[in-house]
Amino acid sequence: MSNDYTSSEAHPIQVSNETALPYELTDVVPPSETNFIKVNDFRFFYGKKEVLHGVNLEIPSRRVTSFIGPSGCGKSTLLRNFNRMNELIPGVRHEGDITIHGTSIFDPSVEVIALRRRIGMVFQKSNPFPMSIYGNIVYPLRIAGQGDRSMLDETVERCLRSAALWDEVKDRLHESALGLSGGQMQRLCIARAIASRPEILLMDEPCSALDPIATAKVEELIIELKRNFTIIIVTHNMHQASRVSELTAFFYLGNLVEFDETRKIFTNPSKLQTEEYITGRFG
Amino acid sequence: MRTRIGGVPILNTGTLSPLTPEYRRNPDFFKGACQLACILTILLLAFIFGEILLKAWPAIHQFGFGFITGTQWSPNRGVFGVLPVLIGTVESSFLALLVALPLGLSIALFISEDFLPNSLRQFIRFVVELLAAIPSVVYGLWGVFVVIPLVQKYGTILSDHFGFLPLFAGPAYGNSLLTASLVLALMVLPTITAISRSSLVVVPYSLREGSYALGATRWETILGVILPTASPGIVASAILAFGRAMGETMAVAMLIGNSQRLSWSLLSPSNTLSALLANQFSEADGIQISALMYAAALLVALTLVVNIAGEMVLRQTQRATSVLR
Amino acid sequence: MLRNRFLTGLCIALSLLTLFPLISIVILVIRNGLPLISMNLFTQLSPAPGLEGGGFGNAIMGTLVMVCISLLLAVPLGILSAVYINEYAPVSPVSSAVRFVAKLLTGIPSIICGVFAFAAVVMTSQHFSAIAGGVALAILILPIILLTSEQALMGVSVSYREASYGVGATPFQTIWRIVLPDAMPAIMTGIMLAVSRAAGETAPVLFTALFSQNWITSVFEPTASLSVLIYNFASLPYAYHIKLAWSASLVLVTLVTLTNILSQMIFSPKQR
Repeated sequence: MSNDYTSSEAHPIQVSNETALPYELTDVVPPSETNFIKVNDFRFFYGKKEVLHGVNLEIPSRRVTSFIGPSGCGKSTLLRNFNRMNELIPGVRHEGDITIHGTSIFDPSVEVIALRRRIGMVFQKSNPFPMSIYGNIVYPLRIAGQGDRSMLDETVERCLRSAALWDEVKDRLHESALGLSGGQMQRLCIARAIASRPEILLMDEPCSALDPIATAKVEELIIELKRNFTIIIVTHNMHQASRVSELTAFFYLGNLVEFDETRKIFTNPSKLQTEEYITGRFG
Repeated sequence: MRTRIGGVPILNTGTLSPLTPEYRRNPDFFKGACQLACILTILLLAFIFGEILLKAWPAIHQFGFGFITGTQWSPNRGVFGVLPVLIGTVESSFLALLVALPLGLSIALFISEDFLPNSLRQFIRFVVELLAAIPSVVYGLWGVFVVIPLVQKYGTILSDHFGFLPLFAGPAYGNSLLTASLVLALMVLPTITAISRSSLVVVPYSLREGSYALGATRWETILGVILPTASPGIVASAILAFGRAMGETMAVAMLIGNSQRLSWSLLSPSNTLSALLANQFSEADGIQISALMYAAALLVALTLVVNIAGEMVLRQTQRATSVLR
Repeated sequence: MLRNRFLTGLCIALSLLTLFPLISIVILVIRNGLPLISMNLFTQLSPAPGLEGGGFGNAIMGTLVMVCISLLLAVPLGILSAVYINEYAPVSPVSSAVRFVAKLLTGIPSIICGVFAFAAVVMTSQHFSAIAGGVALAILILPIILLTSEQALMGVSVSYREASYGVGATPFQTIWRIVLPDAMPAIMTGIMLAVSRAAGETAPVLFTALFSQNWITSVFEPTASLSVLIYNFASLPYAYHIKLAWSASLVLVTLVTLTNILSQMIFSPKQR
């Protein structure tokens, strides 16, 4: 695999008010920054209980990285720290740092609201708002003050196309989102998550509540989206991890055990624990 | 401006700089308004107590404890004593409870056990809720035209035969302690039913099963296992109903006869704190207002103590039954 | 076996015993109140003692005005407090204090609301007024609105809040755009219940707004109310006035019944 981890294209350029375009498929793998997201000696506590023990990780941009591991190993907890969603829970505490593009996300000058707008999140159980499909997708734009109707319309089409949902719902954009099927709702949530053009997409077991066909559709989506987003996906399903991700991190009991190319993790892992998990001896 | 890298359109990939100009958080005015609302609510309670005490102070200062033990209430002579009224308050509430408890408990049992199909049980629950919602003054109106004649008729019979007992001494007025207590019973019955019912339904099914398995009949189970388990909750409902009865005003004012005389008989007129306030405030003047405020303060204290006691018992029972589950 | 039958019978008998008074009330209210019901009742002034004819239009107006005043005071206070204790700081000393205060306020006898309004408004302004009545009613309904609003907010699914914060909304935006709209039906139900309660109360307005034979012209003047009308007319020796009292009772009981039914319909489906 020709991985181009060099950051030869240096600093990405800020583009605003760009017209919505469906993504074009090319054979060229976009370049990636190696340490786009860096986790430094990160420890996390729920009250007195330490649930993440000194995690060190470097996640490159524009790739799909998956977090795998048995239940309770801390993978979702780590994921939810990237956009500081854990702060909504009282009594949590952390030590160590997480930086994105060199800037610590816990820096006092970083506004957590701005951070969350630059990062999209898809939850395990789809959670559309009790509004129309249109309203769901433009919500992130409206809260950022974007009110221009044509901009909103374009965004809705762009996102729904990217989420492979456009053809199914284009005639009922103003009907309630709660009337969709489970798989459609989750794809709607993905569309909503990319509406404000975040750089990073966090997915917390997005397919665990979906049937196999819907799951396959979402996985196709992830593979296409990665050209433009940095995606981190938490999954229980090892086959899914091997299908969609280039890099895999294996967690166990709050520790990062192994982090390597997906292919290597699943065929020739370095750590015994990894091998035991992969082959199903525990977890 | 570069718009594509490697053939792929670039998105908003600006650096995650802390000085991103796109967002500056405004102060949350709405939160401030909500905080203000909370503070005002808390202050309101303090204000209520404070204002009443303040206006009552002249009377407290002038009459002191004698206010509570005094038996004469004569605004014209400047003599104020609320003992008969206090006794009337406690008596009427107690009598109301005496009638309401068995009735309310029966209904609670009826709708928590499966004597009847569920739809009928829901209907009875709705009916009891409706009882609770009828305004006090409508109870009073009904009481004037239905209960007073009834009490007068049967009260006369009662005093004729049992009049030697001070409790039933005649003459049997229509407006009397008994009338007011009966209607009060009706008004606090929903409280007893609602709280008793919720105490009965949380008795774990395993206890019921265990009793039946030992060969007990339904009623043996109810009387031997379920009622005792739920009894703290039932006690709480009784305490809270007592508190509600003490605070009830309009129906009582219309039915109790508003007499300041102390009497043993159930069939003579009486008075309660709330009825006293209702009748006298609009025309009170000078020290009388202060005396009435004193009486109001007493009423607040009484109902507060009873309500807090009831709540504490209720919370205790909730904690106790959760252990069983 | 016989004991069982007896006890069951006793239980049924006692339960039916309580049914009789309720049926009696409903029958009497309808039977005595219905004959006079007509549009006139709602448009005419209440008659002076001894005179026939007339309705209780001014009483209805007065009740409406005072209930509106009480809503104006209690609704913002109640809803904003509920928002704070459920959304902004659910676990905090202020929230615990507010919940405790609300519980205490529910236990205050309605006449004490009147006594307080008398002390704070009537004595200060040397005037009986509709505003004083409105203030007394506001204190009465504040805990109802606060507690039902809190329930309504708790009923909003947690996933909506998570999704909203996840896309970077501020707490205010989340509350204003997602939580409150979703909780609105239940909050409205709570307000409806509060209104029907306030309309039926007599003690708080008895010596604050007093009574009046005329249409309400100013909120700084005493005003008639439906409940005080019933109280006053019930003790008059004139048949017409007593009939009016029954008709007014019919109006109140109808209002209360409808509100209860409506609130069951709106609230219960949400709980599921």
